[in-house]
Amino acid sequence: MKNRKYLVAGAVALALCSGQAMSENVLRWTSQGDALTLDPHSQNEAPTIAMNGMMYESLVTRDPDMNLLPELAESWSNEGDVWTFKLRQGVKFHGGEDFTAEDVVFSFERARHEASDFKEQIKAVVEINVVDDHTIELKTDGPNPILPNQLTSLFMVDKGWAEANNSVSPQDYAAGEETYLVRNVNGTGPFKLVSRAQDELTEMEANADWWGKGQFPGNLDKIVYKPIGNAATRVAALLSDEVDFVLDPPLQDLKRIEGADGLKTVTVPQVRTIFFGMDQGIDELRTSDVKGKNPFADVKVREAMNVAIDRKAIQRVVMEGLSFPAGMITSPGVLGNTPEQDAEIPFDLEKAKSLMAEAGYADGFSVRLDCPNNRYNNDEKICQAAVAMLAKIGIKVNLEAIPKSQHFPKLQNRETDFYMLGWGVPTLDSEYVFSYLLEAEGSWNAAGYNNEKVNEVTKAIASETDLDKRTMMIDEAWTEVRADMPYVPIHHQVIAWGMGDKVDAPIGSDDALRPRYIVMK
Amino acid sequence: MEPSTQAVKPPGFFKRLIDNDIAWSFFHSPTAMIAAFITITCIACTMFAPWIAPFDPFDPAQISLWDGKLPPSWVEGGQAQYILGTDNQGRDMLSTILYGGRLSILVGLAAVCMGMVLGVTLGVLSGYFGGLTDTIIMRIADIQLTIPGILLAILINGIGRTILPLEMREDFAIFVVIFAIGLSDWPQFARVARGATLVESQKEYVQAARVIGLPQRLIILRHVLPNTLRPVLVIATIGLALAIISEATLSFLGQGIPPTTPSLGTLIRVGNEYLFSGLWWITLFPAIALVVLVFSVNLLGDWMRDALNPKLR
Amino acid sequence: MLAFILRRLGQSVLVMAAVSVISFSLFNFVGDPVNNMVGQEATREDRVLIRQKLGLDDPIPVQYFRFMGNALKGDFGLSYRSKRPVDELIKERLPATLELVFVSAVIALVVGICAGIYTGIRRDGWLSKMILSTSLVGVSLPTFIIGIGLIYLFAVTLRWLPSSGRAGVVELGWWKTSLLTADGWRSVILPAITLSLFQLTMILRLVRSEMLEVMQTDYIKFARARGLSERAINFGHALKNTLVPVITIIGLNIGGLIAFSVITETVFQWPGTGLMFIQAVDFADVPIMAAYLCFVALVFVVVNLIVDLLYVLIDPRIRIAGR
Repeated sequence: MKNRKYLVAGAVALALCSGQAMSENVLRWTSQGDALTLDPHSQNEAPTIAMNGMMYESLVTRDPDMNLLPELAESWSNEGDVWTFKLRQGVKFHGGEDFTAEDVVFSFERARHEASDFKEQIKAVVEINVVDDHTIELKTDGPNPILPNQLTSLFMVDKGWAEANNSVSPQDYAAGEETYLVRNVNGTGPFKLVSRAQDELTEMEANADWWGKGQFPGNLDKIVYKPIGNAATRVAALLSDEVDFVLDPPLQDLKRIEGADGLKTVTVPQVRTIFFGMDQGIDELRTSDVKGKNPFADVKVREAMNVAIDRKAIQRVVMEGLSFPAGMITSPGVLGNTPEQDAEIPFDLEKAKSLMAEAGYADGFSVRLDCPNNRYNNDEKICQAAVAMLAKIGIKVNLEAIPKSQHFPKLQNRETDFYMLGWGVPTLDSEYVFSYLLEAEGSWNAAGYNNEKVNEVTKAIASETDLDKRTMMIDEAWTEVRADMPYVPIHHQVIAWGMGDKVDAPIGSDDALRPRYIVMK
Repeated sequence: MEPSTQAVKPPGFFKRLIDNDIAWSFFHSPTAMIAAFITITCIACTMFAPWIAPFDPFDPAQISLWDGKLPPSWVEGGQAQYILGTDNQGRDMLSTILYGGRLSILVGLAAVCMGMVLGVTLGVLSGYFGGLTDTIIMRIADIQLTIPGILLAILINGIGRTILPLEMREDFAIFVVIFAIGLSDWPQFARVARGATLVESQKEYVQAARVIGLPQRLIILRHVLPNTLRPVLVIATIGLALAIISEATLSFLGQGIPPTTPSLGTLIRVGNEYLFSGLWWITLFPAIALVVLVFSVNLLGDWMRDALNPKLR
Repeated sequence: MLAFILRRLGQSVLVMAAVSVISFSLFNFVGDPVNNMVGQEATREDRVLIRQKLGLDDPIPVQYFRFMGNALKGDFGLSYRSKRPVDELIKERLPATLELVFVSAVIALVVGICAGIYTGIRRDGWLSKMILSTSLVGVSLPTFIIGIGLIYLFAVTLRWLPSSGRAGVVELGWWKTSLLTADGWRSVILPAITLSLFQLTMILRLVRSEMLEVMQTDYIKFARARGLSERAINFGHALKNTLVPVITIIGLNIGGLIAFSVITETVFQWPGTGLMFIQAVDFADVPIMAAYLCFVALVFVVVNLIVDLLYVLIDPRIRIAGR
């Protein structure tokens, strides 16, 4: 794999390389940031998972329309707090090893290791039992109706291979060495790793022995990935036919791509909502000129901010029309999002001003807004627009826009008063939103929101299997949230992809590229 | 003329600084005069931006998002009040460029001044006292020169952002940038000042002044310092152009001035994002403004270097 | 002579020691390293354990000497972001940067010296005037604007050259080169021109003013009086005497090229050390920042040392003065 003498890296070279290349379907694609690592259990980050998902597979997966599909498990069933998974038979890893129940147990253990970023996601699983070579049982801490939804990014590695390469845990800090799995892949998936230079070039080729061969429409022979950080350069690469596909073209360039010969764009509403959070749970804000009390603790101030944001203007001018103004912090498609709950909060400057006056802040106050500048569509520009809108009701906002790697720790460590966050819901169930963002102890609840009723519901729905009851409880909780306004919802994001006419890639609302469905003409 | 705005200190210098040969050279070089004219116009326009600019782009309460992305007034769809159009946030381009230019020039001037004061002081001391002082100062300068300026600026900026308490960052961002650029500048000044001092302190009148027991402070201030000024001035002018570019580069890399109070570099970074969008005015105008400004300053510095170099006349 | 070289060597070591102190202090300034390594959920005991294993509770001087010892072996630890050894990352990225710098340096030197000589000899020719004013535009345009402009013109509009990245890479042992294939050369042209422009201008102007000065010296006047041909005077006498400052410039030039490759690599997505450095700054990836700093300083020191030694060989006067 590594010791090929001649590594023809040039995407152009690949495409132009005479006879052989003509018959090969090579997808050359790009996006802003490379996968952080190829270790499937190290980083729970969407681009990393999407990249690993081309080579590794999980028990359960989703198709581009977000339907749950069997992948390495053929079927599953649930009784009380035990889930039984029947594994697919005859599956081999890229290295030729058989895929068995032992590998599943090993992968779960690896993902539960303290150095794994996935331990939160599967913390409900308390026990894994091997029934036979191709059957396993997962025992959860109480009934868990949505467990399969939580397993779609939990990839399976080969036990023998990982052990032979000293990679039983995802990371050993003190050893001071990189884990073998960071750059080497041995999965069961449709593509095999050919070469990898992080942040530079990653090449994959089709796995001829893949179990799913012939069952999916995709016809790619090779995938060449080259990350391009600068947005304009990325679009330039597409315009000059150096890549066939751009995962994240800037919204303002879509018209240009559409207008270019042989290029097209596709869009789809994403399951991700962009919103602002205000820390209402502390006594005094860290970055405000108001001392001794917390203006965000007053629901009137939070409502004033909500009605002071002109969501239509943001949609039209900042997002080029590519967003859906939101009334709640979770998107259509997620259980719990209803048209009533999601009704846009109308813009009303006069009402906002009078609410501020009622709350005793007629002259406003100052606060800092923490904003990422490389995570969401036009994130920094949305923040800038919000600064201007809030200035009109007297809130003087100092904007700090920084890279995501420095932004998110501020939220996790609760060091921010006012921040932007976008929340996607891989499980397509409001439980994921409540447990992280709205429950008092939620690990991403940097707003310090604490509502008894919401806390109770969060606990209850974790194990409520009756769909009607569940839906009702979730709706009740959202009603509480809509009255309390702990967040300022902005919009539901829209995903846009840019690609050559010869590429037919079905777009999914989770923004992941699924090469097994990609057809090239 | 122009040089005088940078020469500070007692009136006595003023005359000596623009003594006749340089003035003569200036008034006989159309390039120099045009460059000076453009530079002064740029500086004046930007410094008086609050009075000239039709809007205050740094006041968020004046901005309306609905006015965003309007083309220049002479293009179809443009509005008369926004001569050069508006940016993606609804800010008037002309006002934003004027305010941004002011920030860029101020940062450049402040950085150069910092480098100049630091460098000249150390250079004169180094040249006048020689010996150990000289060795230590010049070795530090060597170390400083080992790390390229722009890298140093990125580093200082990165560290500055990390160690400053959260609530101070916003206010200090601009000072960190000035400090980062200024600090990487000083060894050049130090070298030139040291060289000039070495030459001067060998001269008989300085030796004589020493002999008659004039205080060292006085000798340095009255006799040595003025003679370093001409070469320092040349470096300062070229340094100003470089500092403005450095600031723009830092901001372009996203390490500089935040976009709520944009400098020219920040505006160009934002413009770059609109390169393919068809909104050409957002991309083009800030870049033109920067290039014209830097070009005229460079032209002036170029003329000065030739004019002050007696060998080339 | 030997004393001079030894003194220069000693100074270089001092410089490197100072730089290593700076990069060591980066580790202590920029956040708690343990926080950067473990996830948010790590327990207090985990952290204490890792601190002990990494020796972060030892006295600062002990830590510094350990850092120095490791650094001398080329070991800067694991990158916080990619969890890979930093020296390996740099080694991987180095060929890209060095090849880019090499091509740019050649362009800058060849074009710069030729144009410098021409404008120096034909002081008042119209072509000289044009070259000079164009070159001034060159220093007035920030690197990134030039880069964006070139991409827009040659890659997007004309489609002659690729807009970004490094193509046609061939492995020669651990060194990956892109200078052996046509694709590789096509991809290096735009970034190399972008990177070279600033230095080219500097060299051009320096050579020109040196030529002007030398042409007015007595011995050139004397050569003229002796009736030597213009060609012999220009190339035999004048050019030789401009060599010393040109060598200095080459020294600073290479350092400057490496520094500015940060920007060029960012614009062109050239996979070299500069791009890695900028990404490291964004991620606060201290081990990479520290290693890169040491690396750049080392390049500067070595180049300057070579330049100093060359001086001695070329200009005997320096041998006597000792500096």
